[in-house]
Amino acid sequence: MAEFITTFWAEYGSILLTGIRDTFIMVGISTLFAYLLGLPLGVALILTQPHGIRPNHLLYRLLDWIVNVGRSLPFIILMIAIMPLTKLIVGTKIGVKGAIVPLVVSATPFIARMVETALSEVDAGVIEAAQSMGASTFQIVWKVYLPEAKPSLVLGGAISIVTILAYTAMAGTVGAGGLGDIAIQYGHNRGILSVLWVTVIFLIILVQAIQLLFNWAARSIDKRLDQSAKGHKAFDLLARFAHTK
Amino acid sequence: MSESIIQIQHLTKTFGDGETAVHALEDINLDIRQGEIFGIIGLSGAGKSTLVRCMNLLERPTSGTVIVDGQQLSWMEKQADNKDEKVVFISERELRLVRRSITMIFQSFNLLMQRTVLKNVCFPMELSGVTAAKAKKRALELLEIVGLRDKAGAYPAQLSGGQKQRVAIARALATDPKVLLCDEATSALDPTTTASILALLKDLNQKLGVTVVVITHQMSVIEEICSRVAILDGGVIAEQGKVEDIFSNPSTDAARRLVYPGGASVAQYPAGTRAVRVAFNGGTAYQPLIASLAIDCGVKVNILGADTRDIDGKAFGTMLLGLPDDPNEAAKALAYIRAQHNVSAEEVEYHG
Repeated sequence: MAEFITTFWAEYGSILLTGIRDTFIMVGISTLFAYLLGLPLGVALILTQPHGIRPNHLLYRLLDWIVNVGRSLPFIILMIAIMPLTKLIVGTKIGVKGAIVPLVVSATPFIARMVETALSEVDAGVIEAAQSMGASTFQIVWKVYLPEAKPSLVLGGAISIVTILAYTAMAGTVGAGGLGDIAIQYGHNRGILSVLWVTVIFLIILVQAIQLLFNWAARSIDKRLDQSAKGHKAFDLLARFAHTK
Repeated sequence: MSESIIQIQHLTKTFGDGETAVHALEDINLDIRQGEIFGIIGLSGAGKSTLVRCMNLLERPTSGTVIVDGQQLSWMEKQADNKDEKVVFISERELRLVRRSITMIFQSFNLLMQRTVLKNVCFPMELSGVTAAKAKKRALELLEIVGLRDKAGAYPAQLSGGQKQRVAIARALATDPKVLLCDEATSALDPTTTASILALLKDLNQKLGVTVVVITHQMSVIEEICSRVAILDGGVIAEQGKVEDIFSNPSTDAARRLVYPGGASVAQYPAGTRAVRVAFNGGTAYQPLIASLAIDCGVKVNILGADTRDIDGKAFGTMLLGLPDDPNEAAKALAYIRAQHNVSAEEVEYHG
């Protein structure tokens, strides 16, 4: 067994490490840009909706439609469809760079919906109270909507990152690099199942870790929960994870 | 007579249009004076929450004039191209400034759940650009006033309903408002907590001189702290005046329903019951009317229902008395009651 690990690592170690690095780069940069676009879009949806604080029927309908269209295209189709755009923006259709554009385009509407849902949970009465105190629209967004929805936004963040991670694996099928690419090239094309399984196990651990971390973060920043119960729950979760490793 | 702080003239508010339009408020005229505690009472759906929201333009009136502290928030203007008048509003910028001097508390408290008590009270000062150090100092003073200085570091989720409303009151006072609007502020609280919040409002009114506008469906709240009251019924003001006048002489159905909620009704008694409705109009405390009737006339009457209350040591309310079957005795009893001071009687009959 030990021998197998040594030879396996000697042969595929650097490939896997590169794949992991590429996956982290793609997920990290795509998430960053998708939030830079998706967060304002989600805020705009909340503000312009019929009962929002800046209702604007036309704008809302337009943004809502864009988000729906973006959400209804399967990632793999979208990726191929926007290849000319990708080339225009980053100069290449493939590799890590080529994957980031479709990842951002695909994740932005997803994140916009997530943000919209998180913000819609903020009590309308609290928004009205802020208005009654003379808060401007910007102040309401910055000082009420975003801070009050922070725990939900963090939980949404975990879902977004995991979704983008899944997309990167798909991007691998068209030469994007990263773990998905390795799984296809070595696991599928060459039939080296050990590599396939290592990537699968690594992805499972990664998703679990992200979810756990974000759950814990959301819970520890949420002041709506009773403080003592909160500590207890987080501890429970960690303890459970320790047992199932 | 003190100066007006809120004037409302010919205000209407209609939701929707065409056939589905709902006329929430119709031709409302109010004049709330500086330093008073003014009550607006009505059953749910009467339009009171809409009316109070027209005072700070959280709701924009369909037409009419709203003046707060001498500043017009909405007014009617003749249109250049035709003869019709149209409602015009103060600019957003100016409105935000006005809102610092007419603040509000709510039934559901509406505190920021992710901020500490201290940061909640600092919030309106943050909005208006007060420095953090100054805001904190003022917030701590306000928390002292509402008796929650020791909860400054707590989060709203850790407070009781009454404590949350005290924080909301401290927050509403942070910008030194001239008017405090209270929208069903005690409706979510138990009677003891309600009494303490009302006492606090009364105290703040006296000490700080802040005008308080109280919206409620509970007559007991009006009775407890208000000097004047308007009764809102189906979007119109049915009656307005001094609380004791309205109590002693509710002249409209809407007023009677509110003053004597579930008050004795003949409809509950068998057909043929002869009854008399006796109204106490502020005689010195409770005269032992029924006992003296039995002793002086030897007539025994049956109390079918009663709803009386004590306002400033005077008795107000109604009592429904079942008269004896014997017509002579009934007439004697009626005459005796009518002869009393500050009591009026009206014979009612149940027609099954």
